Amino acid sequence: MSDLNKLTLSEARDGLRKGDFTSVEVTETCLSAIAASGALNAFVHNTPEIAMEQAKAADARIASGEAPAMCGLPIGIKDLFATKGVDTQAGSRILEGFKPEYESTITTKLFDAGAVMLGKLNMDEFAMGSSNETSVYGNAVNPWRRGNEDTQLTPGGSSGGSAAAVAADLCLAATGTDTGGSIRQPAAFTGIVGIKPTYGRCSRWGVVAFASSLDQAGPMTKTTRDAAIMLEAMCGHDAKDSTSADLAVPNFEAMLTGDIKGKKIGIPKEYRMEGMPEEISKLWDDGADMLRAAGAEVVEISLPHTKYALPAYYVIAPAEASSNLARYDGVRYGHRAKLAAGDGIDDMYEKTRAEGFGHEVQRRVMVGTYVLSAGFYDAYYNRARKVRTLIKKDFEDVFAAGIDAILTPATPSAAFGLGEMSDSDPIQMYLNDVFTVTVNLAGLPGVSVPAGLSAKGLPLGLQLIGRPWEEGDLLNIAHSLETAAGFVSKPEKWW
Amino acid sequence: MSIDIDTARRVAKLARIRVEEDALPALAEEFNAVLGFIEQLSEVDVEGVEPMTSVTPQRLKRRVDEVTDGNMQASILKNAPDAREGFFAVPKVVE
Repeated sequence: MSDLNKLTLSEARDGLRKGDFTSVEVTETCLSAIAASGALNAFVHNTPEIAMEQAKAADARIASGEAPAMCGLPIGIKDLFATKGVDTQAGSRILEGFKPEYESTITTKLFDAGAVMLGKLNMDEFAMGSSNETSVYGNAVNPWRRGNEDTQLTPGGSSGGSAAAVAADLCLAATGTDTGGSIRQPAAFTGIVGIKPTYGRCSRWGVVAFASSLDQAGPMTKTTRDAAIMLEAMCGHDAKDSTSADLAVPNFEAMLTGDIKGKKIGIPKEYRMEGMPEEISKLWDDGADMLRAAGAEVVEISLPHTKYALPAYYVIAPAEASSNLARYDGVRYGHRAKLAAGDGIDDMYEKTRAEGFGHEVQRRVMVGTYVLSAGFYDAYYNRARKVRTLIKKDFEDVFAAGIDAILTPATPSAAFGLGEMSDSDPIQMYLNDVFTVTVNLAGLPGVSVPAGLSAKGLPLGLQLIGRPWEEGDLLNIAHSLETAAGFVSKPEKWW
Repeated sequence: MSIDIDTARRVAKLARIRVEEDALPALAEEFNAVLGFIEQLSEVDVEGVEPMTSVTPQRLKRRVDEVTDGNMQASILKNAPDAREGFFAVPKVVE
């Protein structure tokens, strides 16, 4: 039983219920895997005592016959989720030492469902980044390598630690959050499944805010079935988040019928970008063929405002971030700069924020401040919100025309080397989210499914975008794609 | 629209982030790269389009205006860098 950490959520759940092993055993195996994974820098705050306590409680629940979906399953939690009494830094120096006095709604729900927390996971600072290189904890490292090369690759971002941990079997699954692609891009870079649900499906209460109109949490798992199981445990109305949807949460797993006959899948022509690598383009075509072979109808569609999604995002997200991050002022929690004699309160704010925020966060807060400032509010912020309306309408139009889901590549390339993007201007990094960011702007569900390997042996993912609130149907289509693609590769252990 | 050093200084001040004088030119250049990118939005015809206020069509729930929580002074102050006598302590703000 030394490989219990390699189980999927569904395998572990079934084995626990059958009594093949205990949650304590699975948890201990994961804790050993984590202890030997320092080179990946995925787990940044370990909570073995909490894990063992929760595992014992879960075993008792299972023995009593009362075992909810996640009961006894050890998972990792992104550092963005407030966890009571456990370091919660959002990957930032400004929250150094912050131990929340409260628990986020999502972790509360997961713990109520019996999940076991192994620790907190590395991420880009305040979820701003696509490579996990802006983290105060240092880079998380992708367990995958290019063939025999020992170049360290990014696991993607911002949920880079979550992706690396799941791909390396340090935990059975992890929570992630997605503002512009932060679940789906790292999932694609590490060969795992990641779903961002419809905006409003998961409560944002207790999740450190980046851009509130775009942020959504979701599961990062080894399979689509696991995504269905964990998503169901995370979803649901929460009176503490006014944007949380008061809708019934379906049994997503029961919707994985494998039958997608007659489903209409759209292929948006605007996503076939100039300079798209041949292997991405081929993966996409192959994915369309697989869905067609499974009985779906595949049609070309047009989403004419696609090109403007990234520019609109880089107005709206920084604007909301500049407002959300105003709370880090050195007064109520986190870091406060050492002050010189005679320093006033503005000196305290300015020094604290200069020391506490990293470079990318500072830049985004200032860009946001600029686009919201008098004289530019209409030209930038209001215009971006109008373009957002048009982007959402593009999707509404194709769904009204009978499209059930949209197939696109998840990322424009396979995982790149850590540091490889450091000389380029920020826009090059932002382009990582070119296929995912539209989904956040339109508030839709989107899932990344591993679908193949690059020439260098790295995982590549395809994205499926669904209708609002139809995560069950979306996961069923993703499940068919997963089955057809038959992606079973795992990174060779070097760490 | 191009951002000069004075504008960069003013934005940093508005954002309450201390940026040293010698770092301002590089900052202005970075702003210009980002703003050059978002400048594309001016190509879009947005005549008659409403700016988005909520991505999902939903009416915010109302609740009775009553106190539902409270009496947790110690919890609230627990993470403060400087708390004294039940208050957050900050540098003097009034003379």
